[in-house]
Amino acid sequence: MFSYEFMRNAFAAGTIIAIICGIMGVFVIARNMSFLTHTLSEIGFSGAAFGVFAGWAPLNGMLLFTVVSSVIVGQLSARSERREAATSAISALFIGLGILFLSLANKNASYATSILFGSVIGISAGDVQQMLWLSLLVLVVVFVIYRFLKFDSFDHTGARVKGLWTNALSITFLVLLALSVSVAAQIVGSLLIFILLTLPAATAKYFAHTVGGMMVLAITLALVGVWSGLVLSYVTNFPVSFFIAAIEAVFYFIALGWQRLQTAE
Amino acid sequence: MESAPILKLEHLGVTFPNHPVFNDLNLTINQGEIWSIIGKNGVGKTTLMRTILHQLRPTHGKISYLPSQGEVTIGYVPQFRNIDADYPLTIKDFVGLNLTGWKLPWLSAKERAKVQKILDQTGLKQLAKRPIGQASGGEKQKAYLAQALVEAPNLLILDESTASLDPVTKTELLDLVTELNQRLKLTVLFVTHDIPMAQKYTQHYLMMTPGKVEQGPIANLTTEKVWEGENV
Ligand SMILES: Nc1ncnc2c1ncn2[C@@H]1O[C@H](COP(=O)(O)OP(=O)(O)OP(=O)(O)O)[C@@H](O)[C@H]1O
Ligand SMILES: [Mg+2]
Repeated sequence: MFSYEFMRNAFAAGTIIAIICGIMGVFVIARNMSFLTHTLSEIGFSGAAFGVFAGWAPLNGMLLFTVVSSVIVGQLSARSERREAATSAISALFIGLGILFLSLANKNASYATSILFGSVIGISAGDVQQMLWLSLLVLVVVFVIYRFLKFDSFDHTGARVKGLWTNALSITFLVLLALSVSVAAQIVGSLLIFILLTLPAATAKYFAHTVGGMMVLAITLALVGVWSGLVLSYVTNFPVSFFIAAIEAVFYFIALGWQRLQTAE
Repeated sequence: MESAPILKLEHLGVTFPNHPVFNDLNLTINQGEIWSIIGKNGVGKTTLMRTILHQLRPTHGKISYLPSQGEVTIGYVPQFRNIDADYPLTIKDFVGLNLTGWKLPWLSAKERAKVQKILDQTGLKQLAKRPIGQASGGEKQKAYLAQALVEAPNLLILDESTASLDPVTKTELLDLVTELNQRLKLTVLFVTHDIPMAQKYTQHYLMMTPGKVEQGPIANLTTEKVWEGENV
């Protein structure tokens, strides 16, 4: 299996993605941003389509669209009651645009499928390198602002009271999320990114006792899903996203069941 | 005991759109004093505290912080707080959240000792490993207080923090606050509806009524006054 270069690239990319998603996922869950993450991935689709239309690498189109829109959403989120509705409207607009760009670009349907659902074969060594740099950037920023981000994510009231610059933190986090979404989309596809960005962390929430523990567990669950997904996909020729989605969902339901048992006792 | 002012409010006013909350409020708080802030529901006590905390910009007047040394650091225990019951955040971690800064993600040994000390002082030692979301109402209040105190602030603002505590716990926490006040000259603003407690633990009062505020030494705050003005 590893004698194929594309499989080595896919494993390298998958590992990077799992680590980023595990860490960012913890904050996505704590900040209640699952819905927004889903929207960002749709915006990512649109960006990738635009990239194709403009003759860029899809990842660059994605980066442009997700980063710009995350800053816009960050401004909107000051009034959080309106955020859900506004977010839905934005996502509808972007899916529409994505479809338009794809049809303008005159690419065949399989191209759209690979943007939406991801693909293993398409990842080159150059892609892996770009993903690595982007991921390192995300990790370094998270490392530097960790204490502020943790305070604000897990105790927003306390962070505001302390006078932390919560709005700037929120926008910074959204930009990091946009970068993570764009990176993760390379393998699981834009339709399913939020699976890796939300499910492992949501599962870990039920088992872990500390934030650090939640992170380690979320990374582990994401890694297990991505690695087994790649192997199973290689063996069966079924899409990798299917396996990753199925595995992460199973973990999540096990966690829910376990939580039920705990509270029933 | 003569003491320097730490906080000065001059002609302070806050108006929400079409809704003046208070106006021309003048108040000087000296370092080491304990004040109770009283007044009916909705009169503007929390609004005043949030203004002091820079969370709201005053419409009129000004606030001066006058630290004797360094800067005025404020510990605030807000009236309301949202914490998800499922968060894997222990009481100990929750208290440690307040130790922010451009530092490594994990707490240093010195910082962990700080957290441990305040947990001991607030009677949370046994509960250190309990998830904050599962703590009882009173335990949460203690954790909030511990979080506010872990950074050793010189001004502590409590917004009805003792309302859900049993009498024994209430006394313990107030004794702790009193001790910190005496030992470190911690200045305390205490928003409360509990007049007997205000009379026992605080030295000055600020009574807010719509359109006017009254202040003085706590001995002047008779129960009749409170009831006559329907002010609590
Ligand atoms: N953000 C806001 N926008 C508009 N009006 C507000 C806002 N916050 C508070 N108010 C109003 O200002 C008034 C004072 O509110 P505040 O919360 O300060 O009262 P309080 O004295 O703390 O009352 P309680 O004892 O019930 O806690 C209330 O009438 C409230 O409805
Ligand atoms: Mg209030």
